[in-house]
Amino acid sequence: MKSRLNARSWRSAVVFLLLLLASSSAMAQKQDAGDVISNPGVIITIVLILIPLLIAVYLVTVKVRALVAKIKIREASAQKNAVLEELKSADADQLSAILAQREKAVSYKLSNHELAGTLPPEDKKGLINQPNQVNIRFVPAKKRSAKRPQVNPALAKMIIWYLGAATLWLVLGTSIGEYLGIKFVSPDVDHVSWLSFGRLRPVHTNMVFWGWSSLAMIGLGYYVVYTVSNTAVKSLSWAWASFWLINASVFFGTISLMAGVNNGGGEYREYIWPIMLLFGIGLAITLGNYLTIIAKRKPKEIYVSNWYIVSAAIFTIVISLVGYLPFWQNGLGETIAQGYYMHQGVGMWFMLFVLGLVYYFLPQQLNTPIYSYSLGILAFWSQILFYTVIGTHHFIFSAIPWWLQTTAIVGSMGMLIPVAAGTTNFLMTMRGNFHKLGTSYTLPFYLVGIVFYFTGSFQGTAEAFRTANLYWHFTDFTVAHSHLTMYGIIAFFLWAFVYTLVPRLTGKEPLHALVGAHFWMALIGMMFYTVPLMIGSTIRGVEWMEGKPFIDTVANMAPYWVWRAIGGSLMWGSHLVFAYNLYSMTRGGGIANQQALVFEQLKKED
Amino acid sequence: MEIYNNHKRLYIAALLLFLALTLYAALIPAYKAQNDNAPLPNSKPLSEQEALGKAVFVKEGCVACHTQQVRNVEMDKFWGERPSVASDYARNKRPDIWRNTANLMGSERTGPDLTNIGKRQPGKEWHLIHLFQPRSVVAQSIMPAYPWLFEIKERAAAADVTVQVPEEYRKNIKGDIVATEDALNLVAYLQSLKQVSLPDGRPVPKFLYPKQSTPDLKGMGTQTEDAGLDGASLYAANCQACHQQNGEGLPGAFPALKGSSIVTDADPKALITVIMKGYNGRVKEGFAEMPPIGVNNNLKPEEITAIINHERTSWGNNASKVTVDEVKAVLAEIGK
Repeated sequence: MKSRLNARSWRSAVVFLLLLLASSSAMAQKQDAGDVISNPGVIITIVLILIPLLIAVYLVTVKVRALVAKIKIREASAQKNAVLEELKSADADQLSAILAQREKAVSYKLSNHELAGTLPPEDKKGLINQPNQVNIRFVPAKKRSAKRPQVNPALAKMIIWYLGAATLWLVLGTSIGEYLGIKFVSPDVDHVSWLSFGRLRPVHTNMVFWGWSSLAMIGLGYYVVYTVSNTAVKSLSWAWASFWLINASVFFGTISLMAGVNNGGGEYREYIWPIMLLFGIGLAITLGNYLTIIAKRKPKEIYVSNWYIVSAAIFTIVISLVGYLPFWQNGLGETIAQGYYMHQGVGMWFMLFVLGLVYYFLPQQLNTPIYSYSLGILAFWSQILFYTVIGTHHFIFSAIPWWLQTTAIVGSMGMLIPVAAGTTNFLMTMRGNFHKLGTSYTLPFYLVGIVFYFTGSFQGTAEAFRTANLYWHFTDFTVAHSHLTMYGIIAFFLWAFVYTLVPRLTGKEPLHALVGAHFWMALIGMMFYTVPLMIGSTIRGVEWMEGKPFIDTVANMAPYWVWRAIGGSLMWGSHLVFAYNLYSMTRGGGIANQQALVFEQLKKED
Repeated sequence: MEIYNNHKRLYIAALLLFLALTLYAALIPAYKAQNDNAPLPNSKPLSEQEALGKAVFVKEGCVACHTQQVRNVEMDKFWGERPSVASDYARNKRPDIWRNTANLMGSERTGPDLTNIGKRQPGKEWHLIHLFQPRSVVAQSIMPAYPWLFEIKERAAAADVTVQVPEEYRKNIKGDIVATEDALNLVAYLQSLKQVSLPDGRPVPKFLYPKQSTPDLKGMGTQTEDAGLDGASLYAANCQACHQQNGEGLPGAFPALKGSSIVTDADPKALITVIMKGYNGRVKEGFAEMPPIGVNNNLKPEEITAIINHERTSWGNNASKVTVDEVKAVLAEIGK
């Protein structure tokens, strides 16, 4: 009976794991294996074979124990005889003296005063008798940010404004996200049209995309492009124009979506074109700036970061044109353009740009060169080759041509090449530096970003398989996946860069314990958010396949939606901490660089 | 390599590769899909009212939770008679200069698919109550309520469409709940969403991954004994939205099945006729017209039997069960 139970739980565990890994052919085979093992006839046969085997093992054990006991008894009796012989031959007085000496030796104990004596110690400085002063460390000490050459103050100010605005959108956008998560649990929490679910959902996604991630990326991009090109900063007025245009786009986009004015329901292009055009112009200006800076570069070669960053900007302009120009958008054309647009937006804008930033900041922070330039080249070209064709994997089994769906699935498989190349490159760069993790408050963010770059992207490949798509398409699995990637990869990397760069710009550091609080709340929150959603949505997909009444599958999601709201609250809280940290690195009184302060004071006194 | 030292060459090379792949995987397929697919001959363009209703659907962001695509996989059979094809979307055009075309295929199915909602759930009264407060008709629903599509009038005018919301959900509301133009347009749009049949001779795409390949998940405890003929599930999927889980319906909107003489009649002929042909005999009492749900949802005789038997033996109803053969005989008699 027990073995049967084990076989069952083992089998369900295998089924569940395979659902997660979603390898189609492997699933069919394992399924067969599971069926064979749980077949009653086979179980009975196995048990029947096991019974004589177990009895044999038992018998052998008993025999061996008896043999050992016999040998022990024989040895003991031999010893006894030897002692008796000795006693008989010894003199009585001599014997009692030896025994008394032995008794004394056995009962000897140390007095604990052998070295110190019995007098109390003199403690003039209170070093011994002040137990309250003992420092119990809950938070291990972290290394201070390394001092770097001065950054042009105008550039520093602009970057901080970009990051500040991004953080504002992050806090706002995730407050909305958190509210949407609550609506799954409590749909009647409000009855205001501007706050209804259908209108707020795109507000959340667009705000964290174009407001938070994009502004932070562009701001950090200015630092990297300038630094690796080794060019002097001349005019930043165009960069400021771009800043205001993008902020205006997110602001007006938000208002219009809440008022019910949208582009027609294609995800991530819900802003109508006049509003998205502001973003587009901002992006074009940024691209122009980056290209001008790179054209004037001092080093002969173009550092790998700049391939990624500039290509991301170029591609995104193309993507926006494909997504917004009307010439191929009627009928099913709209859906094909949508698949391309939404996936290129994520992969060619956010991912490509952030990878470029990683290629600069990671080696910088570790003080080691990047492991392999060749792997960077491989990842770059293979990302373009495979990523561009995978957009329609969001519409598998739809009316889109079958060959195009297959192309998208093959492209999703191909993505393993750039992902593996990138991950290897980053991990090998970190090799030999893992001991620094414990004493750095930025490196943990990098590590999480790298790990999710691999797992999140691999998961995307798995989701594209037709058999996996059966279970997961249309469920909240997609939502979990997009948070593992846009949050686990993009947001964690961006935080890593912010904590790396801003202390260099301002000379002020955040409280290390608060950076730790931000890190752990975000990471634990994300796991609470995504893991229950993945489990619940897999079950929901299976229920759909079994033909359960649809409304039951809604009701069964309730506990997983509660967990999502709990995880979401932790994530949201971590953003408040992050906002405070950014404040203390810039305006507030963070841990200042003493040396810089002294020089400043001396300058003033001059 | 030289290309990595020359920014013009590098970026132009990357752009060309990207553009070529974009043409191959997006622009050419999209352009062809737009021009090569004509609307199906049986389909109709949206009327003016339905088009306005679609605008409300887009405005409220309904696509966030409702898909409009029947995939060519067995599990989607419930949502339509056949998988959606490219021509189904061929009538969708850009509505004005400001907005893009809206196919509204969607990517999340938090709520039901709406491809065929006009057939599956045609009742205007049901839609209006459901829009005003989804939980008044579907207790477990998490859909937002849309009270701003309705207005409260002290006394509705003769031309007004009033909504019979159950007492429990109209606390603090004095007067009549009247549907606005937006609500009526939206319902008209939902009623227009029906799959049309493909022209004769055109091959109907198959549903892939038929049921027998569904992995056996007994270990997870999610399979019922005989999902195909579970009367309670079939009732939940086809009847419950109006007649409610407790069989009591909604007073003034949908009649009760509990204690109904038609349901418990020893001869099931009247009951089967109502299911197959619909019923409007109690409209004067304020009840909504019953759609021919058996025809709309393609119910098989076995399924009808399971539903009827569930209705005849639940909520205190105590009528004898009917057999599949009896149901088949009645169906033949009423010509369905």
